[in-house]
Amino acid sequence: MNKRFSSLLAIGFLLFCSRTWAQLVVEITKGQAEAIPIAIVPFESPGAAAAPFDVAQLVGSDLARSGRFNTMDRKDMVEQPHTGAAISFDDWRRLNNDYIVVGQVQTVDPDHFNISFELYNVLTRQRMLGYQFTANKPGLRLASHQVADMVFQKILGIRGAFATRIAYISVLGAVPHRQYRLIVSDADGENPHVVMQSNEPLMSPAWSPDGQNLAYVSFEDRLPSVYVQNLPTGERRRVSAHAGVNQAPAWSPDGKKLALTLSTRDGNLDVYVMDLATQALTRITDDPGIDTEPQWSKDGQTIYFTSDRAGGPQIYRVGIHSGDKPQRLTFQGSYNARPRVSPDESQLAFVTQEDGGYRIATMDLHGHGEVQVLTKGHFDVSPSYAPNGAEIIYATRDRGRGVLALVSADGRVQERLVSSEGELQEPAWAPF
Amino acid sequence: MKKIVSIALLIAGAALLAGCPKKNNVSEPPTAGSQISGTSSGEGASTSASALGGDAASQGGDITGANGVGPLARKVIYFDFDKSEIKPEFAEVISAHARNLTSHPNLKMKLEGNTDERGTREYNIGLGERRAQAVRRALMLQGVAESQISTVSFGSERPAAEGDDEAAWAQNRRVEMVYVP
Repeated sequence: MNKRFSSLLAIGFLLFCSRTWAQLVVEITKGQAEAIPIAIVPFESPGAAAAPFDVAQLVGSDLARSGRFNTMDRKDMVEQPHTGAAISFDDWRRLNNDYIVVGQVQTVDPDHFNISFELYNVLTRQRMLGYQFTANKPGLRLASHQVADMVFQKILGIRGAFATRIAYISVLGAVPHRQYRLIVSDADGENPHVVMQSNEPLMSPAWSPDGQNLAYVSFEDRLPSVYVQNLPTGERRRVSAHAGVNQAPAWSPDGKKLALTLSTRDGNLDVYVMDLATQALTRITDDPGIDTEPQWSKDGQTIYFTSDRAGGPQIYRVGIHSGDKPQRLTFQGSYNARPRVSPDESQLAFVTQEDGGYRIATMDLHGHGEVQVLTKGHFDVSPSYAPNGAEIIYATRDRGRGVLALVSADGRVQERLVSSEGELQEPAWAPF
Repeated sequence: MKKIVSIALLIAGAALLAGCPKKNNVSEPPTAGSQISGTSSGEGASTSASALGGDAASQGGDITGANGVGPLARKVIYFDFDKSEIKPEFAEVISAHARNLTSHPNLKMKLEGNTDERGTREYNIGLGERRAQAVRRALMLQGVAESQISTVSFGSERPAAEGDDEAAWAQNRRVEMVYVP
């Protein structure tokens, strides 16, 4: 409750105070044939003051964006009921809808609105959901994402991740006068705000498990350091500035430690674990090759990482207790790197090289380690799982520009997030 | 019901407190880098070198290649794809800087390793470091003191040329030799 409350406060501040940056536009590039047909009827807004925000529109675009729903075009709706009692189920059934959402936005005062909505199964006429809540003006967007989350979960049994956030790096300007920005936005790219900017590279944003802090690498001193920045206060702390490399921070599941990559004087990169309270280091890997890109297992006992100890980069895992021998996980192809563990640890997402291109692949961690290549680009890197595990956001290039894209974890749905400015890199999806 | 109330409370709470603070640092992102003079360009060597120019003049010669001629003026070593071996064509440049550093023990050099954009960013940091180390070893083999050389890897974060083709990539796979104060 406390955690949720303070993050909402932060969102409130940012909605009001941050400059509006160029927003991302979603293009669905590959849909799913068996998407569930649903009608999101425009919400009625009675009273003199019209609602300042189209809740139904955003709910519909969230659901459509997931690729799992096919939302009915408004112009095909022959009627627009706003309560369950007004729904003519036979008509909606003839229009091939499985589900229907109806609702209202009522003005409490000029700044506050009551949102009520109901979800019905068109075939059984069963009322599946009925909710009512109050939102202020800037809260209407978040409230709409929450409506979409509830509908998504009720129908699919998977927790929705529409009301979550992402972090990414945006690079503006031409070489060599580039400006690097660390941006946090809603998961759909709206409400972007800059949390850090620098004339030197920023990279590898990583969310703390509570969603309150970002760890990242900054070259602001023309040397790499790892910083931890608290989002609600903006306060930041340099946590690693050893001689040589300070890279690839990854939070332990309990939020008390960071795995990171450091180097010796002769440039050998290895993975370490740092206790955030004491900054004490434990060495995890010890090999003359490049060991980097660490990620924690769910139980915090194992670290997945990239190593080129066998020639090209491959993915390994090792227990965090000394004496553990790393186990190689990937064998298919000559380049497999930057593992990310799915929230339920059933699979890994990583970057693989195929036909000369870098693509996003997943590997089954149970069973036989089956590998599936999900994308077809040439520069697809930096995969990051949605907190519900249903989608993976990643960075790619489109007509010479860095853009962000999404693919469902089963590879069946793909979308691109197109921004009007900047090279976008290294998306990191925030926890719930 | 409990959930409805808590959502309502949360959103109402956000509303109460969402008024803009008076120039509070909550919405002001910290800025870095701009205050670091002379190090924001991709060819940072030129500004760093000119800072050393005063010393050089007092010693009666250009020791950092700041005048733009001779082997000391060349400060970038280029590499083949996925390689960190130094190609023969750069032997002369490295020897010239090695002689310069051994005869001026007070000079310090930073080696900035870079890669092209292909592959994962953090692994590229490792590759860039490997290239910087290859140049460091070559300098040390010719007598340069370890204390005179430092390395940094920018991986693929600081390209010298933009573009998704080999022409750009070839310019980006490099180590820049930067004389530092």
